Amino acid sequence: MASLELSRSPLRSRREPEVCSAGQDKYSVLLPTYNERENLPLIVWLLVKSFSESGINYEIVIIDDGSPDGTRDVAEQLEKIYGSDKILLRPREKKLGLGTAYIHGMQHATGNYIIIMDADLSHHPKFIPEFIRKQKEGNFDIVSGTRYKGNGGVYGWDLKRKIIRLYRKEVLQKLIEKCVSKGYVFQMEMIVRARQLNYTIGEVPISFVDRVYGESKLGGNEIVSFLKGLLTLFATT
Amino acid sequence: MTKLVQWLWGLAILGSTWAALTMGALGLELPSPYREVLWPLPAYLLVSAGCYALGTVGYRVATFHDCEDAARELQDQIQEARADLARRGLRF
Repeated sequence: MASLELSRSPLRSRREPEVCSAGQDKYSVLLPTYNERENLPLIVWLLVKSFSESGINYEIVIIDDGSPDGTRDVAEQLEKIYGSDKILLRPREKKLGLGTAYIHGMQHATGNYIIIMDADLSHHPKFIPEFIRKQKEGNFDIVSGTRYKGNGGVYGWDLKRKIIRLYRKEVLQKLIEKCVSKGYVFQMEMIVRARQLNYTIGEVPISFVDRVYGESKLGGNEIVSFLKGLLTLFATT
Repeated sequence: MTKLVQWLWGLAILGSTWAALTMGALGLELPSPYREVLWPLPAYLLVSAGCYALGTVGYRVATFHDCEDAARELQDQIQEARADLARRGLRF
């Protein structure tokens, strides 16, 4: 029988995708929470719905930082409802910051891809299958959601930097090692470092919905801290 | 080298080139029409850059998509989620 020669398509990145032990892709969603008692059940329900409808292998890692409003209690109920193989509770005693929450979450994640998003319904999980499709399409190391391209957009004017991204697990681990900033600047820094390390980044248009639109959040504060963060990155990377 | 340092280098090189040419240093005497254009060039470029930045921001803000459908859909799904979760035993 003649042997087939498979030529590498020029779009493929030089990295071969790692698969988890079952030989199949698994997607771990990291949800750091602080006082999200109201939103957590809703975001988990939407995540389960999106993943189940698309037949995607997933798990949700909830990293609660000792929320005083009973978020952990709600998380435990969700674990009972959906199973501890799908809902992983990995809480911490007190508020320890976003970067360490991701590190902590990743140590317990069994997927080979990590999805980072906010637990407050600002991004709808319905976009996640599109992220996954996009990642496979371009063999990207990172896929980020954008409100500015395609049919992306917003409802409500919350200027806070909300990020939803899909990473290969080893890429996220490497980036977290390299990043030094705190808070939302850290999310921006990850993209800067990713470009420096020549990781490939894809984008998917998403809509951002401010659920409690009506309360004025258009504060000059956010603009100032964004600019400060930008200038810090400019001077340090 | 950080981005800041790169930019400072770039500005230093362009700035000293401009200064040398406009002051006639190094014995270089550019013809008058060239010097008349070169002299205000930095100010002109700065103002143009400012206008471009403002224009781009204004345009993007004006054409930013407003996602009313997404907001409606989310509200509907929140109702659905609460009902389904209550059925499965979640105490809110």
